[in-house]
Amino acid sequence: MKLLRQVGIIVGICLLGELLQRLLKLPIPGNVLGMVILLSCLCSGLITLEMIAEVSGFLLDHLAFFFIPAGVGIIACMGLLRGKWLAVLGVCFITTVLIMVVTGHTIQWMQRGRKR
Amino acid sequence: MKDFLITPLFGIVLSIVAFEVGIFINKKTGLAVCNAFLISILLIIGFLTVFQISQQSFNIGGDIISFFLGPATVILAVPIYKQLTLLKANLLPVLVGITAGCVTAITSIIGFSKLFKLQAVLCASLVPKSVTTPIGIEVSKEIGGIPAITVAAIIITGIVGAVFAPIVCRIFHIKDKVAVGIAIGASSHAIGTTKALELGETEGAMSGLTIGIAGLITVLLAPILIKWLL
Repeated sequence: MKLLRQVGIIVGICLLGELLQRLLKLPIPGNVLGMVILLSCLCSGLITLEMIAEVSGFLLDHLAFFFIPAGVGIIACMGLLRGKWLAVLGVCFITTVLIMVVTGHTIQWMQRGRKR
Repeated sequence: MKDFLITPLFGIVLSIVAFEVGIFINKKTGLAVCNAFLISILLIIGFLTVFQISQQSFNIGGDIISFFLGPATVILAVPIYKQLTLLKANLLPVLVGITAGCVTAITSIIGFSKLFKLQAVLCASLVPKSVTTPIGIEVSKEIGGIPAITVAAIIITGIVGAVFAPIVCRIFHIKDKVAVGIAIGASSHAIGTTKALELGETEGAMSGLTIGIAGLITVLLAPILIKWLL
């Protein structure tokens, strides 16, 4: 019963997120709204970590597994990607380094300001 | 003979077996490049190709696994909540830093995609590549990308981040523990976070905290920025 209730809480929040997205026609996906709803519930104490401990642990520990079918979908995109692999890898590499450097230095610059 | 393929069991069992093998190889080699997720996807693609099984057959089970993407996104609130005191103590640098990272991500990906002459659909698929997979998939759909390409780019990005983070931080003098953690989380999501955890407790915690927040900021900014720039 305990696990079923935990699943119920999490799936219920998912549903609430989807519902809000459709009702208010928000540009934010329902599952991301669900994340915000859960965070608000945790912060306000409406839901405690213990109430969802096992199921959230299970999902977080195996997170990558749930992305597998989405990743396998790349088979259908092989035509579109033909001859583009190197460019895609290049964009991924360059921008990842760039994001890391900009983010890191923005924070270091702000931390220096705070310490002064 | 191929009747068993039309039950969802086939896709689910193949995914679990492939993932187990991926985790096994990853643990044996200990290399970031041997990412369990990457290996399992390659194994499944190889299996489907060799036995000439259609992606549709795989997806009968695959769709059931994909159902969990919703709950898996919602649950990302838990790591943010667990680091709430750390977040509150560094609220301004965290928010400004992650926003700077997300804006850099979106603008530089569009810029370099144009430079390398990638079609608009590929560019849109790459834009959410630095956020966590379930959010990246949603952003990709929202801005006209192809989620499968986004997932592949997210994994490549994560591996690049995990492998190169220590070198990049050393060369570019990123030394502050909070800065290192957020820089890794904002550029290479959960896969990068595994490396951040190796670097130190603060780095790991900050990186983990960044995943959900960077996703949220990208969700808000990507549709607006892409309208201006693409």
